[in-house]
Amino acid sequence: MTNRGTERVKRGMAEMQKGGVIMDVVNAEQAKIAEEAGAVAVMALERVPSDIRAAGGVARMADPTITEEVLNAVSIPVMAKARIGHIVEARVLEAMGVDYIDESEVLTPADEVYHLSKSDYTVPFVCGCRNLGEAARRIGEGASMLRTKGEPGTGNIVEAVSHMRQVQSEIRRLSSMSKDEVMTYAKEIGAPFELLLEIREEGRLPVVNFAAGGIATPSDAALMMELGADGVFVGSGVFKSANPAKFAKAIVEATTHYQDYTLIAELSKDLGKAMQGLDMSTLEAHDRMQDRSE
Amino acid sequence: MTTIGVLALQGAVREHIRTVEACGVQAVEIKRKEQLNEVDGLILPGGESTTMRRLIDSYGFFDAIRQFGGEGKPIFGTCAGLILMTSAIEGQEQAHLGLMDMKVARNAFGRQVASFEAELKIAHVAEDFNAVFIRAPYITEAGPDVEVLATYQDRIVAAQAGHYLCAAFHPELTDDDRFIAYFVQMVKKSLQTLAS
Repeated sequence: MTNRGTERVKRGMAEMQKGGVIMDVVNAEQAKIAEEAGAVAVMALERVPSDIRAAGGVARMADPTITEEVLNAVSIPVMAKARIGHIVEARVLEAMGVDYIDESEVLTPADEVYHLSKSDYTVPFVCGCRNLGEAARRIGEGASMLRTKGEPGTGNIVEAVSHMRQVQSEIRRLSSMSKDEVMTYAKEIGAPFELLLEIREEGRLPVVNFAAGGIATPSDAALMMELGADGVFVGSGVFKSANPAKFAKAIVEATTHYQDYTLIAELSKDLGKAMQGLDMSTLEAHDRMQDRSE
Repeated sequence: MTTIGVLALQGAVREHIRTVEACGVQAVEIKRKEQLNEVDGLILPGGESTTMRRLIDSYGFFDAIRQFGGEGKPIFGTCAGLILMTSAIEGQEQAHLGLMDMKVARNAFGRQVASFEAELKIAHVAEDFNAVFIRAPYITEAGPDVEVLATYQDRIVAAQAGHYLCAAFHPELTDDDRFIAYFVQMVKKSLQTLAS
């Protein structure tokens, strides 16, 4: 008996990425730089989040030519983004053989109410979350991996920090609850009851939770690991910096050795200019990608 | 007490630590090569082999792990760990640690959508082992000193050569500890041999 697409196989794939860095790339050349630097996977995109932000309009799944080019360029896993609730974009990516789909708020949502029923797919999914309720709803729908939403394309770590802390703090609160308090808590945060019981028992989420949305320097990556992230997504940070190859390598090493501060100091020397970055107060409500889904 | 290290540069480290501890011996995360002196056996976990190799080179683990094995201390590689141990890789000019005389094909069952679970018979270990294959490699050629422990659809997916053990699948992802217990026994036996 051979079983494909089981929960264990889908979640296990994300377990293998732990302690690693997943980088956004827009072509084969960038994908090779990422692989060479030690990335554990790449995310194939048409534009990195900061360019999506600058361009405005509707952001969709990348042109399959780009995804295919990246799939053929590297031997590490390739992820790609589908719009929230866009069943066909997700099925197309699955048919193309991408290794993981990000149902992502970085793209313009196709459905403002419903997310994909991710357990129906053979390919695993990663989704963003800002708090335990959101994390549990995505797991309930079948996500095999989570990441903080942060605020993509800003180069500002503040939102990712807040989301990681929020999830951790709510898990600690849940762990200290008696069983009869859990149902009311489930109602309050809109989370599946049985899943909360499991998280309470284990003291952690049943899937890995990476940091994403605003990581711009090796220290940012190490900070997120310090706060309990299982690994790191770097979007605009690498290829919007002055020296992508060097920057990528430094972020990978800082993620592995996140508590070796002498090393991080060394890695951070002469890296050139990091991406510009945006202050949250300059963002209008409609610019906040993290609020596009719940 | 017997202590087994898990190379903790990247990948499924926590699961191996849990399984080793479940077998009743001590487990240590190895982040620095000096720590190899403190352990009796080493596990190279699943993860991304390309990434792990970069980090092995960056932190001087390459010679340290080869020396560790050269002293007769057991090493067990799972998935990416198996790729690190082999002496040849299909389509690549160079292999990594070259500890086991065999040739390996990477991502040989296909991309993630082709990843699977299947029941295997593993020599010395189990008749009915639920094995989890994730973008898994398999062994295409095994040298004369390599004992084949398991095959899946006629492809070699687990092997042993003396104190070296490898699996293309992930025994650490299930609650079945029998395969890791087999490695723990190898480590205990080597302690007796090395002491005498």
